[in-house]
Amino acid sequence: MGGIQRIIDNGAGGIVTKSIGLESRKGYLNPTTIELEHGILNAMGLPNPGIQAFTHELQNLLPASVPIIGSIYGKNTQEFQNLAQQMQATGVHALELNLSCPHAKHVGLETGCDPVLIQRIVASVKSVAGIPVFVKLSPNVTDLPQLVQAAEQGGADGIVLINTVKAMAIDIETQRPILSNKHGGYSGKAIKPIGIRCVYDAYEATDLPIIGVGGITTGLDALEYIQAGASAIQIGSAVYYRGVEVFSHICKEINEWLQNHHQHSLKNLVGVAHE
Amino acid sequence: MNTPYVTPILQVTTETPTMKTITFNFPFTTLPGQFYMIWIPGVDEIPMSVSYIEEKQKAFTFRKVGEATQALFRLKKGGLIGIRGPHGNGVQYHGKNLLFVGGGTGIAMITPAVEYALQQGKKTTVVIGVRTKNDVFFEQRLQQTGATVVVTTDDGTYGKKGFVTDYIKTLLQTTSFDEILTCGPEQMMKQLLTISDRIPLQASLERYMKCAIGLCGQCCVGKGYRVCIDGPIFSRELLETFPEFGVFTRDASGKKIPI
Repeated sequence: MGGIQRIIDNGAGGIVTKSIGLESRKGYLNPTTIELEHGILNAMGLPNPGIQAFTHELQNLLPASVPIIGSIYGKNTQEFQNLAQQMQATGVHALELNLSCPHAKHVGLETGCDPVLIQRIVASVKSVAGIPVFVKLSPNVTDLPQLVQAAEQGGADGIVLINTVKAMAIDIETQRPILSNKHGGYSGKAIKPIGIRCVYDAYEATDLPIIGVGGITTGLDALEYIQAGASAIQIGSAVYYRGVEVFSHICKEINEWLQNHHQHSLKNLVGVAHE
Repeated sequence: MNTPYVTPILQVTTETPTMKTITFNFPFTTLPGQFYMIWIPGVDEIPMSVSYIEEKQKAFTFRKVGEATQALFRLKKGGLIGIRGPHGNGVQYHGKNLLFVGGGTGIAMITPAVEYALQQGKKTTVVIGVRTKNDVFFEQRLQQTGATVVVTTDDGTYGKKGFVTDYIKTLLQTTSFDEILTCGPEQMMKQLLTISDRIPLQASLERYMKCAIGLCGQCCVGKGYRVCIDGPIFSRELLETFPEFGVFTRDASGKKIPI
């Protein structure tokens, strides 16, 4: 939890936890993460200590000075509902349902590709949740608007786009995929245009607020997501490119842009690219 | 770019019945105290401190303890490994009269740091501790640097008998040092921190590593210090703020395990 506190101290306006499941999970063997020319490829395999141990540690952090969004993953409706109740009880401010992990078997994309399942999972979580529920979806689908609408019909309070993009890297000397899981998820600079497209399409498909994520490294990247339709953004890989200070850098860059363009509010910019 | 640099093994040296050194081509700058993620294709990828530093060649030295190190132990000259890194901060000295304390496999990290100190003209004392005579390695190499070298064994089969920390306790009563650098079992380093009073101290920590580029949070200690990026070498001031130091580590799931 010290890591979360450090990110808050570096200017993040909110925190999304790692995805937590019912039981502890070790994730995959290494290599789990490598850098590629234009991004980062990972298959961590959803490592987490399980909701019980996690709850215990989160107590050291709460009450936090910024909203904490508890991310959960499960393999069916019952697991999601159970986790949602336990996560909510920790005192987090919102839930994020990870319906889009591209490389974990049975607990990721397989559920996140099925609109019926999405609607059912979101509805079951909503029936027990007293806090906002956000749904993180994948770009690795053919009909994103359909999935966005399924989440909306299930009662979601917001959509998070995008999770990583399914990818692979092969080492030509040893002639094998580098990641131990072979398949991974691509993040970082390279996937920004994919994220922008997804947020743009989702904005047309729903009135729900959208949280944009995928390759945001600078304040200008953040502004691009906001203009595509995002009301908030998440940062991950940019911590590698710009250090933990990236959060305050991005806030500063957004403010500078706003000043230079005589804009007083980010709100007015949400979705302007559609007008 | 932080991706495995795949290179053939140039040389395998047996150091003790359970320890080997693997030398490979790696023409990139590496500081003592930094580490690589060593990819053993088809097996795993594990962190290893650099144990030899030459312009074009580097090496690491390890004990076979788990599946990955056993697989490394079986590798021969010409076998391919991937090197990701170097990672971490590496050593930086602040005084003129330095004390190095290595325990067990920690000696592998300490030795190039000693060579580096002597290149910078530091007065250097090295104390290395192992369980028994068969576990002693790098002693000759350390002697050749010109440093004052003392070996301790827990069972007294070689050098001074007893724990390395017992010897240090006595040494510190008669000799003063500007700075201590240590690498070894965390309990040993923690005890060293306690018995060395206010002498500036740097210790190299070991944690389960995954991404090794500061993203995944697996190796965080204290207030969000990532052993892979902010460490692995931490100063006394920081170590004293880590509730983990000498107390617990984390398994691959992030669960706490007592040390």
